[in-house]
Amino acid sequence: MTELLKLSAAELGAAIASGETSAVEATQAYLDRIAEVDGQIHAFLHVAADKALEQARAVDARRAAGEKLGPLAGVPVAHKDVFTTKDMPTTAASKILEGWQSPYDATVTERLRDAGLVILGKTNLDEFAMGSSTENSAYGPTRNPWDTDRVPGGSSGGSSAAVAAFEAPLATGTDTGGSIRQPAAVCGLVGAKPTYGTSSRYGLIAFASSLDTPGPIARNVLDAALLHEAFSGHDPRDSTSVNEPVPPVVEAARRADVSGMRIGVVKELSGEGYQPGVMQRFTEAVELFESLGAKIVEVSCPSFTAALAAYYLIAPSECSSNLARFDAMRYGLRVGDDGTRSADEVMALTRAQGFGPEVKRRIILGTYALSSGYYDAYYGSAQKVRTLIKRDFEAAFQQADVLVSPTTPTTAFRLGERIDDPMAMYLADLCTIPTNLAGNAALSVPCGLAPEDNMPVGLHIMAPTLADDRAYQAGAAVEAALRDKWGGDLLSQCAYAV
Amino acid sequence: MGSAVTSDHSAKGGATALMPYDEVLRGYEPVLGLETHVELGTRSKMFCSCATTFGAEPNTQVCPVCLALPGALPVVNSAAVESAIRLGLALNCSIAEWCRFARKNYFYPDMPKNYQISQYDEPLCYDGYLDVTVDTPEGPREFRIGIERVHMEEDTGKTSHVGGADGRIHGAEYSTVDYNRAGIPLLEIVTKPIEDAGEWAPQVARAYVRELRDLIRALGISDVRMEEGSLRCDVNVSLKPRGSTEWGTRTETKNVNSLRSIERAVRHEIERQGGVLSAGGRVVQETRHFQESTGTTVAGRSKEEAQDYRYFPDPDLVPVAPDREWVEQLRATLPELPSAKRRRLKAEWNLTDKELQDLVNANAVDLVEQTVAAGAPPAEARKWWLNDLSRRATETGVELSELPITPAQVARVVELVAEGSLTNKLARQVVDGVLAGEGEPDEVVEARGLRVVSDDAALGAIVDQAIANNADAAEKVRNGKIAAVGALVGAVMRETKGQADAGRARQLILERLGVSG
Repeated sequence: MTELLKLSAAELGAAIASGETSAVEATQAYLDRIAEVDGQIHAFLHVAADKALEQARAVDARRAAGEKLGPLAGVPVAHKDVFTTKDMPTTAASKILEGWQSPYDATVTERLRDAGLVILGKTNLDEFAMGSSTENSAYGPTRNPWDTDRVPGGSSGGSSAAVAAFEAPLATGTDTGGSIRQPAAVCGLVGAKPTYGTSSRYGLIAFASSLDTPGPIARNVLDAALLHEAFSGHDPRDSTSVNEPVPPVVEAARRADVSGMRIGVVKELSGEGYQPGVMQRFTEAVELFESLGAKIVEVSCPSFTAALAAYYLIAPSECSSNLARFDAMRYGLRVGDDGTRSADEVMALTRAQGFGPEVKRRIILGTYALSSGYYDAYYGSAQKVRTLIKRDFEAAFQQADVLVSPTTPTTAFRLGERIDDPMAMYLADLCTIPTNLAGNAALSVPCGLAPEDNMPVGLHIMAPTLADDRAYQAGAAVEAALRDKWGGDLLSQCAYAV
Repeated sequence: MGSAVTSDHSAKGGATALMPYDEVLRGYEPVLGLETHVELGTRSKMFCSCATTFGAEPNTQVCPVCLALPGALPVVNSAAVESAIRLGLALNCSIAEWCRFARKNYFYPDMPKNYQISQYDEPLCYDGYLDVTVDTPEGPREFRIGIERVHMEEDTGKTSHVGGADGRIHGAEYSTVDYNRAGIPLLEIVTKPIEDAGEWAPQVARAYVRELRDLIRALGISDVRMEEGSLRCDVNVSLKPRGSTEWGTRTETKNVNSLRSIERAVRHEIERQGGVLSAGGRVVQETRHFQESTGTTVAGRSKEEAQDYRYFPDPDLVPVAPDREWVEQLRATLPELPSAKRRRLKAEWNLTDKELQDLVNANAVDLVEQTVAAGAPPAEARKWWLNDLSRRATETGVELSELPITPAQVARVVELVAEGSLTNKLARQVVDGVLAGEGEPDEVVEARGLRVVSDDAALGAIVDQAIANNADAAEKVRNGKIAAVGALVGAVMRETKGQADAGRARQLILERLGVSG
């Protein structure tokens, strides 16, 4: 069974399609693995063993009937518990949704099913995807398989930990300020934030609508590209969905070539506050690009220094409104409804009890930022910064085909280390936030372990809007070169490697 | 608030006496503003594909989007945008090249998202006008009402309070919410301040809403049934001291839901505010509710501590940027609007101002036009709709257009009278039959046996009988006193219960008595 777990998603899909193995065997192998290790990792909030096997049997039946299967048919996937699923619970890791059953599937869920992917269960996250450590989950933290005293990143920490611990070959995530790339980086994985609007938000429980982007987490670039392609594309149910063909990410991941590519190093995303080991691995990766035939240029994006501040106005503002619907009236938790209280009182009691401290912090921040008299100074200014960041990206992409930086300033921190220091926690997304504000594409790919703590370091590759394929192409090139250098995947060094 | 008289709900102050209307007008000029919400008649809701049928079982026309389930997203109904643009064009508005939806944030159980998707500082249509006519003793007078904006938004659910007095929340045991209405497309039409209405303010307000209603009906974008709440009006009133350039404090009277109530609410607010001001008090800026039963307004929540709706552009939706060619196409295909139609019909039918206004006041313009189109002479068509049928509508408490008789049926009755098959009296009975659901006019004539008797064979015997029974009268006629024939004709008519052709009967009597008529 361990042999099945070692296969990449691409290899596993091919093995199922050829009949070398079955979807049921693969699914059972992963369910066994979850049973074995998830007690220590806590990547999953819900494991849907019966339903997963049922889906796997359906894939095997389709193959038996002579149907030609897609590249990921029968391949298991861990699904972030912020996407609605009509056959398993959806909680967004919040008490306020405990016990709620969605009557409908998110578009991403639907497309996973359509591609024949087998949903193993729902993974843990920071409550409503607000956080960088998965410690904000109302159902307890997830641990980093590289070092279970450390966080797996967040908010898609359950997804990254599941993939890093070989509990799933693939996982979905959502990236609002770095929530895919940061956990992928600190768990030694590949994670992509697609161009905003190319992956549907329908059925994704909204945190910040103008920033939220579903994307893939995988052990390697090609697997990420395959999952990316499986659930992306225009969705008429999401008005912000872009009606454009999905960039050819799978083809780019197979091409894995940077010769002649101009790679821009963003001056503002390095220096003070960055862990030395992170900078060391980043610098080596840039040198590696050069040795592979890329042209390295330094670019300056001065507005990026204001990105974190702008983000922490825009995201809380949107979330303060998006989370207003959790009011105990139609679904979810209801507190204090004993016949003596008004609807207003029940709403207030429910929200006080149902939301965790970080969610409340952001609702309060956002409510304040949108208030009459403050709107222009806060939300209005933040939107202007957003425009400036877009312009910086546009100018930088005149000089370079892709931009690079470390994915995170530090490696995974210890559980509890930053939970009482929101600013330190927010800094984890320093490098990833500009891409969310501008809406373009980015990928994180492992580039080694930091010498001081032996924890994974992520290389962040940013590409222009609708040019996601460039990030995949560059990422695949560096991945291949490093694999040669290391004699295998970085992940084989993880404590939970199989 | 000290001893100042604030408003009539003040616990200590009690109700302030009203000031007679004419007296208020001597000292003040009313300033009006009207905000009208119209439910559009689109088949589906504003942001999802749920049906919009009125009166369906509660919570059967709902989906993840209009129930605001986690993860659900809105998608704009382009039919609603089209309706909004058509109304904007008909109201002489400019159509925005680019505008956005905004979220209006506040918590209320009947609003599933706890924000309403509306438009804030970027309305789809802006800066237009609507001309309305008011009857005055000096004849019809026209007022031009400036239109500030027309914007799109979604309706809320409908809350019902159970167990309390008169369905209000105070004293209710519990409340229920029907989300069928949540997400139904609404247009909000906001006037500019109306400063020149003067003493005619109540009538101007009423005439504006009626004109707007007729315009919306002519466009076919809503059936505008005020009693079903598909048109709701908020009336802002303030008083400006004569000669002053500064406006007084305004009140907003919510959900005034009939034309008559609009007129009454404005008049009452003018009298009430006049009373407050003359007593040395100040008008409180507040929301008020119109009481249908008493014709008065009562205070709701105070607006002095303005609620902060934290408007911001809805990030779930993309801007609406109507294609200019499309807008021009919509402009070119607007139907004939009520004002133009009135001008045309006035000329075609040669009506006086008063006659035209009577038709408008009776909501009979379209009905008469259709009756004429079905072949009736305009004068006859007007007579039927304004007299008998208007009376019947009032008696049964329905709108004229809701009477169960069609313009084509009225035209047929007119035709039967014209060809002599019916007398006017018989015609009314035929109309009664049609209204009673007895079928087409010809079927009623047949079934009730109402056709005029002009057949000589049938009439002959009755005439002979009448002559025999009224020998005195017959003798007078024979002696040349022709006027005495009336008694004989009357006898024939009595005998035939009015169905005889009186002219033919007279002729036969004279023939029989050897006198030439």
